[in-house]
Amino acid sequence: MGYGMMPMLLAADKEVDFSIHHLIGYQFMGQTVYITTSHVCMILIMATIMIFAVVARRKIMHAEEVPTGLQNVVEFAVETLEGFVNSSMGKNGRKYICYVGTLFLYILLSNISGLFGLRPPTADYGTTFSLALITFVMIQYNNLKYNKIGAFTGLFQPIWFLFPINLIGEIATPVSMSLRLFGNVMAGTVMMALYYGLLPLFAKIGIPAFLHVYFDLFSGAIQAYVFSMLTMVFITDKIGEA
Amino acid sequence: MSNITNEGLILACSTIGAGLAMIAGIGPGIGQGIAAGQGAAAVGRNPGAKGDIMSTMLLGQAVAETTGLYGLVVALLLMYGNPMLAKFLKL
Repeated sequence: MGYGMMPMLLAADKEVDFSIHHLIGYQFMGQTVYITTSHVCMILIMATIMIFAVVARRKIMHAEEVPTGLQNVVEFAVETLEGFVNSSMGKNGRKYICYVGTLFLYILLSNISGLFGLRPPTADYGTTFSLALITFVMIQYNNLKYNKIGAFTGLFQPIWFLFPINLIGEIATPVSMSLRLFGNVMAGTVMMALYYGLLPLFAKIGIPAFLHVYFDLFSGAIQAYVFSMLTMVFITDKIGEA
Repeated sequence: MSNITNEGLILACSTIGAGLAMIAGIGPGIGQGIAAGQGAAAVGRNPGAKGDIMSTMLLGQAVAETTGLYGLVVALLLMYGNPMLAKFLKL
């Protein structure tokens, strides 16, 4: 019984649509796995980033002394990201510019893809949890690398019976990071779907532009910033003074 | 009262529960407001440090927001995932 199919939003069961749709199903280890709208949007975003990267690289290979046009944009983006990482990670920043920059660009483009009529992939818990898990692995890797045995004894600080609480504190990091990103983007998606689904036609002219600016552009940019910022803060925290 | 089905009762209670879960939005609202107010006061005292104050404030607000988002996730689950109904139908 597909309880997800039940009409739970009485007013508009058909018009209000913000769920993830299954597109193609295939068998994988005895289960049916689906290619969903999230995957398609993710591939579109990845293609956008890759095409931009290739074009930008070609441009930078033949860089001019006085930058013009696209070269300006690329230099500005790279310098901004470098400044962003260096200002919050200090001398450790150099190594993490690539990771944090990639994370920031991907989340930013995902969040604002709602502007172009896509369903943001970050409004799917699978995506945000994967991103948070990558960050979690990096945090714990740095913990082991720089604190060595202290990574384990640190869990028993300041006194041994706080071990369960410290452990929960470590594990809660990816959960809270992913839920924060997911919740924000999902809230925006639900609000836009409700607005488009429930109101009469004349209310949909012009006014949604302001809602898009808030929910997609502003909120999306803030959340991309917060996610990469938290990644850097946690990694720097583990590296410590070492 | 006798013509309420079990499914209907579960759906109604889930929806009320979703509404109650969103009371969690009060806390982050107050917290973010305090953070923004203190940020504005800090910029007023020291306009030169606007960039640092801004990033610190945004980070704090994002962390303060988490509890409200947990409420939102619970509400969304109750409305659209509905674990209670699934449990009932599988019995």
